[in-house]
Amino acid sequence: MSEMTAASPSRSLGRPLPGIILLAIAGYFGFVVALAEYHGATLSFGLGSGAQAAIAAILGVFGALYFLIADRLDSAPSLAYAISGLGVVCLLIGSYYGLFVAPPETYMGEVQRIMYVHVPTAWNALLGLTFAFLCAIVFLFRASWEWDARLEASIEVSVLLAFLLCCQGAIWAKPTWGVWWDWDPRLTTTAVLVFAFLGILALRRFVEDPMKRGIWSSVATIIAYVDVPIVYYSVKWWNSLHQQPSNPATVAKQFYLPLRMNAFGILFLMTGFMMLRARIAALRVQQELAPPPMIEPIGETV
Amino acid sequence: MPPTIAIEAEKLARRYGRRWALSDVSVRVAAGSVLMVAGRNGSGKSTLLRVIATAIRPDLGRVLVGGFDVVREREDVRRLTVLLGHQSYLYESLTARENLRVVTDHLGRGRESIDRVLDRVSLASRANDPVQTFSAGMRKRLSFARVLLQEPQIALLDEPYGQLDPEGFALVDQVVHELKARGVTVVMATHQVERVATLADAVIVLEAGKVQSTARGTTAC
Amino acid sequence: MLTAALRKELLLQWRTRAQLMAVFVFGAAALLLFSFAVGPNAEALRQFSAGFLWLGLLLSSTLTLAESFHEEMENRALEGLLLLPADPRALYYGKALANWLQLVILGVALVPVMVVLYDAGTIRVPMLLLVIILGTAGLSAPGTLYAAMTAQVRSKQTLLPLLLFPLIVPALLASVKATSLMILGDPMGQARSWISLLVAFDAIYWSLCGLLYARVVEE
Repeated sequence: MSEMTAASPSRSLGRPLPGIILLAIAGYFGFVVALAEYHGATLSFGLGSGAQAAIAAILGVFGALYFLIADRLDSAPSLAYAISGLGVVCLLIGSYYGLFVAPPETYMGEVQRIMYVHVPTAWNALLGLTFAFLCAIVFLFRASWEWDARLEASIEVSVLLAFLLCCQGAIWAKPTWGVWWDWDPRLTTTAVLVFAFLGILALRRFVEDPMKRGIWSSVATIIAYVDVPIVYYSVKWWNSLHQQPSNPATVAKQFYLPLRMNAFGILFLMTGFMMLRARIAALRVQQELAPPPMIEPIGETV
Repeated sequence: MPPTIAIEAEKLARRYGRRWALSDVSVRVAAGSVLMVAGRNGSGKSTLLRVIATAIRPDLGRVLVGGFDVVREREDVRRLTVLLGHQSYLYESLTARENLRVVTDHLGRGRESIDRVLDRVSLASRANDPVQTFSAGMRKRLSFARVLLQEPQIALLDEPYGQLDPEGFALVDQVVHELKARGVTVVMATHQVERVATLADAVIVLEAGKVQSTARGTTAC
Repeated sequence: MLTAALRKELLLQWRTRAQLMAVFVFGAAALLLFSFAVGPNAEALRQFSAGFLWLGLLLSSTLTLAESFHEEMENRALEGLLLLPADPRALYYGKALANWLQLVILGVALVPVMVVLYDAGTIRVPMLLLVIILGTAGLSAPGTLYAAMTAQVRSKQTLLPLLLFPLIVPALLASVKATSLMILGDPMGQARSWISLLVAFDAIYWSLCGLLYARVVEE
């Protein structure tokens, strides 16, 4: 059995700079420009708001992805804490603008303000699940405990976000429609997803052999993720034949600064939580097995 | 030309949870020879056989069977080997004949040899009874029939004498002799050390997952 | 090799056919219990009859799917087959097809129960049969995969429905809607769209699960 010969690195990432640059640019176009505009300055380099949003979204996602993938799970979690902290700050600022600065919406009034949290949560929940899908595929090709830990972390955090999404939907639906659940296709799909992925988490608890656990949850994740669009379309169809079309989750005219800040806030928070949770999962596997090499693949997978 | 080394295991290791059932096991088995694997319960004999049979994967190390890697060329290894394991691989609600028919069907072969093989293990009279009604000894015989039916080049027998009566013991002896005469490589994990020692060409003793000793025996007269 | 696998599955099912009878009784009992939830309101029962039929079928399927792996695991027979060597994909499709057949039989057997309890008859029998065939296919494909998984762990009875039910929501929705349209009338010809959804779901999952099966049953 080979023991780990190198000392555990104290720094989380060998090279955090690329990730920081990505996130910095994303943040700049995401909300620094909007903030400046709100206060009267123009810093957008002539880019339209659509282009800015696209740059911010893409770079933000890639930045988060960089941190998630390059993170060494056996290192100190300081960077994860830092990212989470940054997320909280963004959320606070975004919520401040969303609650107190943004004007109330014409038709729905103050209730609409929940969209400033609801929409970002939706984006990030789907992002998280997509990352879980990625982890599952990678694990099936290259069995390494790192990816299994990331899979467990991303499923758990995404389930939490999806559950929050359902709660937010209910909170919004009650004053608007008078019922707690209005069978909106997106929310109903989210509810089905919560159950599907909770089932996968339950599966993980009942399987003792770590290798089997990793393979089976990867298989189940792939199957469940492929189902997402199918569930969405079937529920949308099913619903459209009965009631009036549900309200869209996004509103046409919106004050996008708080939306973007919260989007980044939740993205950072999600990334930080996933990094931390992956560490816990990796530690648990380490405890279950005799000292395993951390990064080496286990045998070969065909 | 078939390789002269039928099985080659190099620094083989396999764990179950925290426990390493095999660690640093290296063994070479010459083609056509009979290897006896001895050791106490829990010493790793079954695990070793199961890894060679590709029923489970090694965690560390490399195993070549007939020149094929057990992880990357699993199907080729399976074509060469047959495992007689602790579990009988039988379907309880099917008859003896039907169980064997399942094997021949999946191998794409005809049914002709089924009766011959049943006769060989003295189960011809019970061929049409469901396995549910069989005693432990009869199930073992049927498992043997299953092995013979597959005509392996490498036979891995895990406790072949288990649950058998004296007649059954004789049957096992005969079968091993026949296999050896046909040039089949035989690996036997067993507690019947004295009995098998006369049959075996080589012996390894496992203890707590490690090879404790090896010996070259004399071939039986 | 698929024919070999299928042959074995059908033989096993035939030997254990008493079990299928018991599951049918379970399904029929479920349909009866559902009607107690609504009460002796003929009109309401008729409205929901399709839903009850498919819910009953879904619950019954967890029993038959789990049972289909019982003998495979008892003496590790499945491993015995894999070591022959047998192609895991053939084993999967053999098992999935056999389970499908069992579910179709169950579905067809429960239709008269539905007709009697809920006054929910239909003249469009061929179409109803088509819906049952496609809907049960949607249950069988992922169900067989998950049954293989859960047969190897403890708490298998809870895990199989837990994993399967959220997944087959589209198939359930489509089957219920299509069946309902058969019973209550389909003036706008919507049944075709639901059937297309079922076909798409079946195509996706029969291929995906076949690909992934080997990873699930190999050690």
